[in-house]
Order: sequence, then C-alpha cells, then structure tokens
Amino acid sequence: MAEFTFPVDGSQIMLFARSVGDANPIYYDEEYAKTTEPGGVIAPPTFVQASSQYDPKFPLRPRIGEPWFGSGKEATGIKPKEKSAGDGEKKSGGDNARMLHAEQQYVYHKPIRPGDKLTVTTKKGNTWEKEGRRGGTMTFSEVVTEYRDESGDLVVTATSVGVTTGKAVSQD
Amino acid sequence: MALKASELKVGDVYEEQVATNLSRTQIVQYAGASGDYMPLHSDEVYAREIAGYPGVFAHGMLSMGATGVMLTNWVGDGRLTKYSARFTRQVWPGDDLIAKATVTEIHEEDGHQVAELDVVTVNQDDQPVINGKATARLDA
Repeated sequence: MAEFTFPVDGSQIMLFARSVGDANPIYYDEEYAKTTEPGGVIAPPTFVQASSQYDPKFPLRPRIGEPWFGSGKEATGIKPKEKSAGDGEKKSGGDNARMLHAEQQYVYHKPIRPGDKLTVTTKKGNTWEKEGRRGGTMTFSEVVTEYRDESGDLVVTATSVGVTTGKAVSQD
Repeated sequence: MALKASELKVGDVYEEQVATNLSRTQIVQYAGASGDYMPLHSDEVYAREIAGYPGVFAHGMLSMGATGVMLTNWVGDGRLTKYSARFTRQVWPGDDLIAKATVTEIHEEDGHQVAELDVVTVNQDDQPVINGKATARLDA
C-alpha cells in the first residue's frame, strides 16, 4: 500500500477542466459557483487523475536527471536491454508501450474543493488474463485508490484496470 | 440544475458532442493537466517507432473526462454518485466524440431518488470508444 498527499488547488482544477473541454464556470469562477448547489468551486468528475502529479512513484512522468523512455535523439531515451533468445531485436521502452488503460470506475462520496488536502492510498486489486482478438494475450490488473479528506472521510474511491497487451492493438 | 425524478423516465436520453476534430494540442493539454505524460499520447516518434501505432492517440481518461462534460451538463453539478467507463477503442487526433446517456432505472438509494444511466461515447463513424455507467442523485 502506498500513500501520499494531494493538495487540491483552484488553478489545477481550472486547467484540468479546460483539458477535457469543459466550459462550466463552476470549475473556475468563484462568484458564479456561489450561486450553484455545491456553493463553491468543485472539481470535475475525473479530476482525481491529477493526483498523479503528487505521486512520488508515478512512472509516467519524466524525472529530472534521469533518462526518459520517450523520444529525444533516438526514438526512445532508454538504452536497449540485452537481447535474450527469441526476443529478436526487442526495443526497450516496449514494455511500457504495451500498457493501456482498460477501465476506470469512480464512486463519489463528497465534492472535491480547492484547499482540500487529500490523503491518497493505493492498493493492488485482482489480476487476470484473457486472450484478446486485437491485442494478443492480455494481462489485466486492478488498482484501488482511496482519496480521504483531513477528517478521514472518503471523498472518492477510484478503481483503475490496466491491461498489458501482447502486441500493439490492431485498428480493425 | 438537477434533474427531477418526477419528470424523468426510463428510456430518456441526453446527447452532446464533446469533442470536434480532436487536436494533438488538446491531448498535450490533458497530459499536462493530468500528469499522465505517457509518450504514446504526445510523442509521435515514440508511438510509431517504438510502440508500433500509426501515431499518437488520446488518453482513455481524456475521453472519459470529455464524456463527463455531457453527464454533469445533464444531471447537474455535484450530482454524480458513480461513474465508470470501459475503453473500447482508441481515440485519434481528428476524431469527433458524441457522448450519450440513457436512463435505465430510477430508484431510491440512501433516502434519495437516483437515476442509473447507460453511457456510450461514439466517434464520427459511430464506433463506441467508451461504454460506461453512471448514477446520479435526483430531486424528488
């Protein structure tokens, strides 16, 4: 189980709402938000994803001074690992490249507001395998994340299902 | 504005176009806002040469977030109690997204009337990119 703190601020809510194409002023205009049922600025439904910015171990964020698996001079910044039998010329960065998000579930207990200091705990859920038509053998794994406020009350419960595919998912 | 249980019935539908000609820039915007910098979504060179995709594609969570715009515009601010989505197809730059919710059930939960919704988001070719469900708290 991992734990970190997610301080929620208004600018991050505004930027997040913009990025999903949400023009609702409740996400940035305090005067307007006072006139709404929640009575103040709140976060949009999928906002807790932004907690990854505060997750010290989040793998999909470049680390200062460390090589990054995206492109720079080369198509990936990670040096290829040693070849093993049957691997052909497996390029590094490939394991991450096969990782996709399959499903996401949220249960909402309370609105998230600017100024909230959420405690985020994650634990692993189930893992299972499936033969896929488009992506070869697929390995699914579940992660359950709880967001609690300073009184310890649950604010959001999020369950994420990730899938590692055997090959790039075909487009037909 | 919240929905009223007295004015809503099973089979009611709400639909909204939540993306038009989705841009690579919006995908980058989502990467920055969410903190998910997976190069598959913003790095054309990596997506093609390392991952073997035709190019970058949107985060599943960008489609789920955009679909959420339709939901909150319909059910009202702070009214969702549950929201889930399965990502059934990738979303590419240039795609349009049309999100639709259908009432499947209205019942009481924790002393409130709630609506169960089926959620589906399709692209411009009517192919589903998200299959989901949501629950919203209603006024009486």
